[in-house]
Amino acid sequence: MRVAIASGKGGTGKTTVSANLAVAWSRLEEKVTYADCDVEEPNGHLFLKPSIEKTEQIGALVPEVNFDLCDGCGKCGEICNFSAIVVLAGKPLTFPELCHSCGGCSLVCEPKAIKEIPRNIGIVETGSAGDLNFVSGKLRIGEAMSPPLIREVKRAIPANEHAVIDAPPGTSCPVVEVVKDSDYVLLVTEPTPFGLNDLKLAVEMVRKLNLRYSVLLNRAGSGDDRVHDYCRKEDIDLIAEIPDDRKIAESYSRGELLVDALPQYELLFKRLVDSIKMRFKPIQEETIR
Amino acid sequence: MKIIITATGTNLESEVDPRFGRAQYFLLVDTETEEILPIDNDQNLQAASGAGIQSAEAIVKNEAEVLLTGHCGPKAFRALTSAGVKIVHGVEGSVKTAIDKFKKGEYQFASSADVASHW
Repeated sequence: MRVAIASGKGGTGKTTVSANLAVAWSRLEEKVTYADCDVEEPNGHLFLKPSIEKTEQIGALVPEVNFDLCDGCGKCGEICNFSAIVVLAGKPLTFPELCHSCGGCSLVCEPKAIKEIPRNIGIVETGSAGDLNFVSGKLRIGEAMSPPLIREVKRAIPANEHAVIDAPPGTSCPVVEVVKDSDYVLLVTEPTPFGLNDLKLAVEMVRKLNLRYSVLLNRAGSGDDRVHDYCRKEDIDLIAEIPDDRKIAESYSRGELLVDALPQYELLFKRLVDSIKMRFKPIQEETIR
Repeated sequence: MKIIITATGTNLESEVDPRFGRAQYFLLVDTETEEILPIDNDQNLQAASGAGIQSAEAIVKNEAEVLLTGHCGPKAFRALTSAGVKIVHGVEGSVKTAIDKFKKGEYQFASSADVASHW
């Protein structure tokens, strides 16, 4: 089972929830992978302190034109949705940083003048943190295209393991890439106007993608009731609440896991694993039937 | 000579649009007759990215030799110069003024982009 931890708003506690959920789950005698797909600013390692066993360079395929073979027909430019290749005055020009690696240009090129070559976009690190399997992606500085790297992070998750996948904030392409093939999505939010506004966007996203999801309210009690009201009105499952507790902030600032520093939260996260499983089980049975 | 001026409207009195990729209109101007053909750039105004490159394509397709505009980024600059289009940036005021200044040779062709790339 793959659980993605997402949020509209940044700073609501995705990494806190992901890291603690993953560790709590692995303590229930199950094989679990923590996957950091927040590749622009991965920080799960700060709390999990993994030992990295393998670092892999990741390349995204971009077109390289052989001008001797090119007949200047312009079909490559026509098929590209992102202007990563354009044909101006009969000569193709490439902008690798805009390329989404779809391969369309090389497919439509009749004289076979386009070769796809890898362009370095970042790294994927794999290792372990105690019993937990650890995977993390790190986007190259200056790189704007994160989905191909996110795909590689997901590919590094062992197929037979449960996974907790830490998503970037927002609701754009990188987030969609993370959540789209997950089994369950937790949307982490906070009881503030910003938290609610961005939660609504995130709910729109998961609904459109037809994903099973629940909302987890962090820093509960610090703001107002607007998230509760919204969830009630929209009939959205509020799966758990993490209270606004100064002790959490203190242990977070020391880079500690809540499940280690504050035993009551180990219980909370273990229960959260059960709650997710309870909600997921009927889905599984439905699919089997 | 055929030149293109980025503009916020469709006639000689219109202001030069400081943006290249996301200009409202491209005015294709024949400098001899001062005849104007406006090209609507609505498609690129809405584009998420690559507006500069696609706008460069429009300039090349319309066979303009020179582009007068406010600002030009690195991708558009590369695309335009690779197709032999000469660029003047920093142009402001009305389209009419820009044409007159160009004809009097008061502009200098750019040797690089004048703004950074953005997404």
